[in-house]
Amino acid sequence: MPIYKAPLEDVRFVLNEVIGAAQLAQLPGYGEATPEAIDAVLEEAAKICEDLLFPLNQSGDAEGCTFEHGVVKTPPGFKDAYTTFCQGGWAGLSCDPEFGGQGLPTLLSLAIDEMVCSANLSFGMYPGLSHGAYNAIEKHATAELKKLYLPKLAAGTWTGTMCLTEPQCGTDLGLIRTKAVPQPDGTYKITGAKIFISAGEHDLAENIVHLVLARLPDAPPDIRGLSLFLTPKFIPDAQGKVGARNALSCGRLEHKMGIKASATCAMNFDGATAWLVGKPNQGLRAMFTMMNEARLAVGMQGLGVAEISYQNAARYAQERLQGRGLKGAVFPEKPADPIVVHPDVRRSLMTMRALVEGCRALAYSIGLELDIEARHVDPARREAAGQLVALMIPVVKAFVTDVGFDVANMGMQVFGGHGYIRDTGVEQYVRDARIAQIYEGTNGVQALDLVGRKMPDNYGRLMRQFFHPVADFLQAEKDNPALADMLPLFMSAFGKLQMSSLTVATRGVVNPDEAGAAATDYLRLFALVALGFMWLRMAKVAAEKLPQAGARAGFYDSKLKTARFFFSKILPQANALNLAILSGAKTVMDMPAEAF
Amino acid sequence: MKILVTVKRVVDYSVNINIKADQSGVETANVKMSMNPFDEIAVEEAVRLKEKGIATEIVVVTLGVAQAQETLRTALAMGADRAILVPCDGELQPLGVAKALRAIVDKEKPDLVITGKQAIDADNSQTGVMLAALLGWPQGTFASKLEIADGVATVAREVDGGQETLKIKLPAVITADLRLNEPRYATLPNIMKAKKKPIEEIKPEALGVDLAPHFKTLKVTSPPQRAGGIKVTDVATLIDKLKNEAKVI
Repeated sequence: MPIYKAPLEDVRFVLNEVIGAAQLAQLPGYGEATPEAIDAVLEEAAKICEDLLFPLNQSGDAEGCTFEHGVVKTPPGFKDAYTTFCQGGWAGLSCDPEFGGQGLPTLLSLAIDEMVCSANLSFGMYPGLSHGAYNAIEKHATAELKKLYLPKLAAGTWTGTMCLTEPQCGTDLGLIRTKAVPQPDGTYKITGAKIFISAGEHDLAENIVHLVLARLPDAPPDIRGLSLFLTPKFIPDAQGKVGARNALSCGRLEHKMGIKASATCAMNFDGATAWLVGKPNQGLRAMFTMMNEARLAVGMQGLGVAEISYQNAARYAQERLQGRGLKGAVFPEKPADPIVVHPDVRRSLMTMRALVEGCRALAYSIGLELDIEARHVDPARREAAGQLVALMIPVVKAFVTDVGFDVANMGMQVFGGHGYIRDTGVEQYVRDARIAQIYEGTNGVQALDLVGRKMPDNYGRLMRQFFHPVADFLQAEKDNPALADMLPLFMSAFGKLQMSSLTVATRGVVNPDEAGAAATDYLRLFALVALGFMWLRMAKVAAEKLPQAGARAGFYDSKLKTARFFFSKILPQANALNLAILSGAKTVMDMPAEAF
Repeated sequence: MKILVTVKRVVDYSVNINIKADQSGVETANVKMSMNPFDEIAVEEAVRLKEKGIATEIVVVTLGVAQAQETLRTALAMGADRAILVPCDGELQPLGVAKALRAIVDKEKPDLVITGKQAIDADNSQTGVMLAALLGWPQGTFASKLEIADGVATVAREVDGGQETLKIKLPAVITADLRLNEPRYATLPNIMKAKKKPIEEIKPEALGVDLAPHFKTLKVTSPPQRAGGIKVTDVATLIDKLKNEAKVI
């Protein structure tokens, strides 16, 4: 049986000691988000994840959702768990108190997302999608629609969806065919077919609010012709009481590799009544305003799965007795040594741990910037935060979800044959983690976003929001003896990133294929350096705290050991990536298309 | 009706217990601490009585280190109205705690005291019982069901032979057993509200009680490792081993 314990000690370390989450309480409207309050909330969230959601993860995977006559049922236990989750107010954690939310910071919401996704990624999809719909409606809908829909979404009594994908269009939303026809009463009729709709139909809530991208009759034929429509499953009256069934239905459940307890639906809209959200033909822009938070949330899915994979692999490595240490028996009293004594198993575990803890620090640091961007009193600080967020979102989304899958895969390898058997529960993590690399913009698209949009933006203005703080840190800490063995390794990688950045930027201007061919390698190089920066910051804190740490000495000592592993065993990948990037696009593009 | 609920901060039930190197006790430094699970049940029962309109106020009390405030906040987040912390750093033993609680009961004058049937750290199962004796109040221990009407508590209690039902007059002490209820998860709004609920500190001296331990712990050791099982050849050998080795029959 797999285990899960929310990693609260590390979460607290990152929040309070590394990124300084205490500053949240200084932001307007977040006065109550003191470290003590955040801690109490995290404690209870941990309980819910460990005791309520985690026990349903394996059974939810085995039983999956069922579909019969247009009705989708979630696996046994999900409805009760969802009700408990919503009654606790968790669905509305970061929603506006005006609409019944708790008004807590996005960063806290993201930290809890991580735990929810560790405990039960499928379950997390339902409140996650609702939260996305909430944000889109809050930012773009009329006051009337907000008043009617937001309290229901914040309470979780209704859930939300994002209906973008169609059979002929995934990444290229310009190909959308779904139509919206204006009606004399100001509403619209939506007709079309959508696929891959998470939480499109289910039995958890009394109503489902579909946000549908569709085309008005006179709309331009490409992405500039998309509008966003709110299309409820049941049409509510003005008081929010659900009424007549709308003309939309679930045609089938998609059969997926993982997240089997998340209902992924093909949805048919047959003249469904809808309301316009935002301005005509501005639908894509409306979607984009919430993209940053949504992509960060998908990153948390990768992190969550990586964390639980590490926990289980670490425990198994301590318990599984096979062979003897290479230098002789380490535990001679046992019939064999636990596999944790073997260097190759340790290499896996250390890699998993260094990636998980590094990604947590990186993702949380960007989560904090999201809150600063939204709330800080100083416009210059808001702008700077916004620029860093814009730059780092593709990096975090792609890298952390890659880490999610890679770490789950490594965890399975630690289990050997037992990892391939379903009972141990760890092959589920491999299957569940895989989707996060694909949806919410494939990781290839994230890489293109980084090199194509974010890097050239205003002559590298966004890039400077990362490079300058790193340079400042290096200057300030250059003589810090605690970092002496790490700084040269970091500076080497940082130099490679600077070299690659310049190369990709200059070559990309002349030939966009150059940027495109380098994009994925470049994003990974960028991410490794960003992780290195977080590991330097963590190591600095750990070294400062260690001498007076008392009972927590073990924690800080492990941090420093993990940091050293990262710098000596993982970060050198930067060299290889840099060489691959510098070699250019020719070998990628040389093969004629028909030769594939 | 006012209810007083006692809570204790203990090593979390899910933690693997380690003995301190000097065998003076269980390692608690940098170990996850939580509210004693039976006390959680006690708090839950009080909150349910308040939700039914039977109780009007719930006061939670604990004795312990400063961090025991967190345990009180947990109770406040579940629905208690206010809290009392008697700060003390030294070792606490049931009689001293019961005396301190009696002093607080004298001050607060609750109609009902609910405690957990035992704390999962030392498993003494004595504090609630001693408190009732010191107060001269009736007690319903190991309660698995509680109903209150007309100044009388009807308590179903789990005993070796099955279930016993008692009617006792209030004020009384109830100690909560596992099956009394299933504690709720604190809701997010209540966690935030709990931050604003008052925690009063009362020094042990102000209660006029001596908390000094009455007995001394010589040493604490782990239970002996379980030996591997064996197959016996026949029933006679089994009986012999049960009689002479295990000494259980």
